[in-house]
Amino acid sequence: MGAALLVLALLGGWELYADLGGIDQFLLPAPSDVAASLWTDRGLLWDNFTVTAGEVLLGIAVSLAAGVALAVAIHLSRTLRRATYPLLVASQTIPIVIVAPLLVAWLGYDLGPKLAIVGLICFFPVVVTTLDGLAGVDPDLRKLMRTLDASRLQTLRHVEAPAALPALLSGAKIAVTVAVIGAVLAEQAGSSDGLGHLILQSIPQFETARSWAAVVVLAAFAIVLFGALALAERRLVPWAHRSEGDVA
Amino acid sequence: MPAKGAMTTTAEVPVSPPLAAAAPAGVRVDAVERTYRGRRGAVAALSGLTLRVAANEIVAVVGPSGCGKSTLLELVCALQTPDAGRVEAGPAVYMPQRDLLLPWASALDNAALPLRVHGASRTEARERARPAFATFGLAGFEAARPAELSGGMRQRVAFLRTLLAGKPVLALDEPFASLDALTRADMQSWLAGALLREPRTVLLVTHDVEEAVVLADRVVVLSPRPGRVVAELPVPLPRPRSRTDSAVVALREQAMRALQGGTL
Repeated sequence: MGAALLVLALLGGWELYADLGGIDQFLLPAPSDVAASLWTDRGLLWDNFTVTAGEVLLGIAVSLAAGVALAVAIHLSRTLRRATYPLLVASQTIPIVIVAPLLVAWLGYDLGPKLAIVGLICFFPVVVTTLDGLAGVDPDLRKLMRTLDASRLQTLRHVEAPAALPALLSGAKIAVTVAVIGAVLAEQAGSSDGLGHLILQSIPQFETARSWAAVVVLAAFAIVLFGALALAERRLVPWAHRSEGDVA
Repeated sequence: MPAKGAMTTTAEVPVSPPLAAAAPAGVRVDAVERTYRGRRGAVAALSGLTLRVAANEIVAVVGPSGCGKSTLLELVCALQTPDAGRVEAGPAVYMPQRDLLLPWASALDNAALPLRVHGASRTEARERARPAFATFGLAGFEAARPAELSGGMRQRVAFLRTLLAGKPVLALDEPFASLDALTRADMQSWLAGALLREPRTVLLVTHDVEEAVVLADRVVVLSPRPGRVVAELPVPLPRPRSRTDSAVVALREQAMRALQGGTL
């Protein structure tokens, strides 16, 4: 409720500033201009949105699958952890903005470089949070499992994997918000469609309001993804949100 | 699920057949040494500890904090190996201080975890664990999550899980330390009853001398670190025992003196 009021106030302030401040609408369109563009350009926005959404969803799926698999492998093998963890951290120091055009030059204009960039960005939060979740299991519980004759994989299956699920979902929430940014970056580095491409294309055409409309669509998409995950969290890991303690 | 008030056990509690366990086995700990080497030097946890637990005997180990009680349990459970000396114990299952139930699983699935680990399907494990719920005062709570159970009930589920492991030796690490005094007293009587029904070799580590005297056949007192046995007190009293019984009180005082003075 408070958030909605704040957004309204900010939009109102922006509207007044753009209308009364004598700002050229090619430089800064008022929210009403952006809203008008959202409606009139809806076909164009939708077509480009489906492209970007496809890259984002596929990229998230790939990084979730690869991230969870790597986290489990690292968790099970100390050797693998020592070998890959530094690389994993190093991968996050790569300046994506600069590497994106290089990847496009190498992999071309199609889906490949977009998935690579989204994957590179989303991968890290998923691996790190999942790994923390897997390792965070109470040592006494591990001892108990050992005296129940549980194998390493049984402990993983019955105890560690479910225990890591809340952490994994937190990682995924971080991943979806950066995935949208990654997809746009990849499109701007070289693409013939998608919202990132539309934004770049609209600026020299003095369609600033359309660029802003594309930004609004992107932000809304990220919020929807985040919300979907928050919902999944409540459904899948209700225990992680209930306070522990005596209820009865 | 019945209301929580309906928990109180009435006369007609269905009693399940005893749970399957391997053949009774005892514990022999012979002149065991265990030292932890850390960055700040070596800490001797146990030094020359010798202890016997006969098959289906209940032995309580009391001692000051940090006397190596938990180390003793881990040695018996083969979670550690001694630096010197010998540990011979039947297959043992460890019951940690906190219940450590899996928060995402129902009480029934938590209790049935050992059966799952031993290869039973989910349905099979549930069917085998279910009859014990009534016997252990948990009827109606099969589907409840741990967060919906009281501390005492969680501890019962944890104990049932320990029993369903089917091992002859139970290593209990201060099982009631996290409970309030009233619940703890309830749980002690409950455990005494449960062990009458399901005899097991029990090594119970506790710092509660009264708990030791109420539950055990024999109380073993350990010295401060490095732990070794300073006193052994047989508790030849009939069960059920009341903590206010004069013989119980006398033994408790005797154990307290041994704990404080290091001798009887």
